[in-house]
Amino acid sequence: MKHGHEPFVRVVKRTNISKQKVILYRVAALLGALLAGALLVAMLGYNPVQMYSDMVSGALGKTLIAVNKKGIVEFSTSSQATLKIVTLLLVTSLGLTMAFKMRFWNIGGEGQILVGAISCSYIAVHYGNTWPHWLLLVVMFIAACIGGGLYGLLPAIFKAKWGTNETLFTLMLNYIAINFITYLQYLPAWQMDGTSFPKIRNFSDATRIPEVLGVHAGWMIALVLAVLVYFYFAKTKQGYEITVVGESANTAKYAGMSVTRIILRTMFVSGAICGFAGFLQVSGASGTLSTDTANGAGFTAITVAWLSGMNPLLMVLYSCFIAILQRGSNRIQTTMGIPKSAADMLIGIILFFMLGVEFFINYQLIFRARHAKEEAAAV
Amino acid sequence: MNGSLSNILNFINMAVLASAPLLLATLGEILTEKSGNLNLGVEGMMFMGAISSLGAAYGYEQAVMAAGGTPSALVATIIAALAAAAAGGFGALIYAFLVITLRANQNVTGLTLTIFGTGFANFFGELIGKQAGGFVQVSAPTKAMFSNIDFGSLSRIPVLGSLLFSYNWMVYFGLLVMAVMAWFLSKSRRGLNLRAVGENPATADAAGVNVTLYKYTATVVGGALCGLGGMFISMSSTACAGVWVHDCVNGYGWLAVALVIFAMWSPARAWLCGLVFGGLLVVRNYFPIPGLPMQIYSMFPYIATILVLVFASVRQVKEHAQPASCGLNYFREER
Repeated sequence: MKHGHEPFVRVVKRTNISKQKVILYRVAALLGALLAGALLVAMLGYNPVQMYSDMVSGALGKTLIAVNKKGIVEFSTSSQATLKIVTLLLVTSLGLTMAFKMRFWNIGGEGQILVGAISCSYIAVHYGNTWPHWLLLVVMFIAACIGGGLYGLLPAIFKAKWGTNETLFTLMLNYIAINFITYLQYLPAWQMDGTSFPKIRNFSDATRIPEVLGVHAGWMIALVLAVLVYFYFAKTKQGYEITVVGESANTAKYAGMSVTRIILRTMFVSGAICGFAGFLQVSGASGTLSTDTANGAGFTAITVAWLSGMNPLLMVLYSCFIAILQRGSNRIQTTMGIPKSAADMLIGIILFFMLGVEFFINYQLIFRARHAKEEAAAV
Repeated sequence: MNGSLSNILNFINMAVLASAPLLLATLGEILTEKSGNLNLGVEGMMFMGAISSLGAAYGYEQAVMAAGGTPSALVATIIAALAAAAAGGFGALIYAFLVITLRANQNVTGLTLTIFGTGFANFFGELIGKQAGGFVQVSAPTKAMFSNIDFGSLSRIPVLGSLLFSYNWMVYFGLLVMAVMAWFLSKSRRGLNLRAVGENPATADAAGVNVTLYKYTATVVGGALCGLGGMFISMSSTACAGVWVHDCVNGYGWLAVALVIFAMWSPARAWLCGLVFGGLLVVRNYFPIPGLPMQIYSMFPYIATILVLVFASVRQVKEHAQPASCGLNYFREER
């Protein structure tokens, strides 16, 4: 009689779930997403196995480390390009995580990267041929961090004071930054000497970050930064404050924390780290500034931060994973004729699956029949 | 007609055209947010609508021509519109399933939808383009269906004719949707229920309103409208006009999300605010400011959006206008 009123399926919050099970669920979701992607390309008439294997080989090369023509051991040509993407994604997602932990939806990573890049490019364009190497690098680094930091601070001021919608604010700042670079491209002082082509000049060698194993040293700094951010959240007072504000601003207030100060400080740091990523791009990866400097990393890094559950160490793993997808998509475009936008679509599908699986980690479905049996057993 | 008047008229014409996709997407997002779902995937759904309409119209034309017939421009247009609405609705359905049924975070799910929709559109745009031998483009008669309508003598009334009777059908369609939605939200029983769901789902639930059904329906219909907004961009905007252009939506969806706040969740105000933003998007082509570089002038719509956001928050407009449960998921079990 009781069962007549019971719905076919009930949703109950899980009270305890083992860590292994959580990992198992997430891995299953990841595989499910890759399978869904495979199904899609198969329906379009392509061989999905070849697609994934071409992606991996296109991104990593035959071997990860190779001996180049001069007999020096370094990363292979393909993996060098991938590692540059990893660096950009990792640093940016570390920066964004600062804000996300606080539930501050900073989707202006793109703009903060670009303003960081613009700030240090100003130094490179004007003093690139006069200052010594070490001074250039130090000043460019500081300029990029301050530039990106201030660009992150701006929406935070309004958020803290009036609760202005930060999602749209930071997003609009992206478009403003990119338009500003287009403007710079038309300034004679920033162009190649003797041309009026709208392109910013290539920077002098003295502005470039030295290479380690064939890739600018930024990749090593990024790894160190990941560990630092991990400890910042796990061990420091400031990191703890961010988490508390993220959980509940009121709790933080009652605990005597200055929420405004925490928001402002954190967003400055978040923007500064993204600005640093911009410095790595112009001074390390490309040697010039263009509208492609950030190349969508501000958005892709959001994915990295979320996939890794905002765990800085997992971010290293996911940055590599997403970078392989992105870099590998260039290869499948040439070998199989699959447009490289496939990577973006695939990233979207993966995230959909990962968002969906959280439900099954947090909740349990109880079906009527099974529930009845359990009850009978209990009696 | 003197030069400056015709310049002003041209400006208004172009502003109206630029506002049309914004209006459709803004209306879609208003409907979605009225149900309590803050869907940040507008940009993605517009992208999906843009490519699906173009691809479906192109596919239909190719199929008819392969069979030896002559494709009908009207049928192609109807197919395009249905495909755009279906694609936008499909994007919204993914969002709705994740957010309503699986209780995922609304912000992240919306952003993901934008990433997915952008990739989806560029992927299929390039794929169809490659199969078409370079780029996709619909036939001239279908393109003509999206050009400005000639209302005969009405269109030739001085000034007024050009102001009111010189647009393509989608502009008038947008106005129709606006009127219907304004009536629906303020006058109909279902509209009232929907608003109740957005304001306080628990109360609506207790009153016997099927909260889940309302949320799903509003979100999916809202997504369909965003898809139609995307169709305007791929089929009738001057930049694309029936040809696939990589990254064509380019921020329109985000402007629409901001416009919802600017319009304070009112369909009629969405039209007015859409016009202002349409004007900001094209003003640089008609009224150059001496000494102001074009690239700086292009920032105006984005700067205006920020000013609007700040203004709305300082005046606390949000507290009065935004549906109270917007952005929060409703768990019946956790009431």
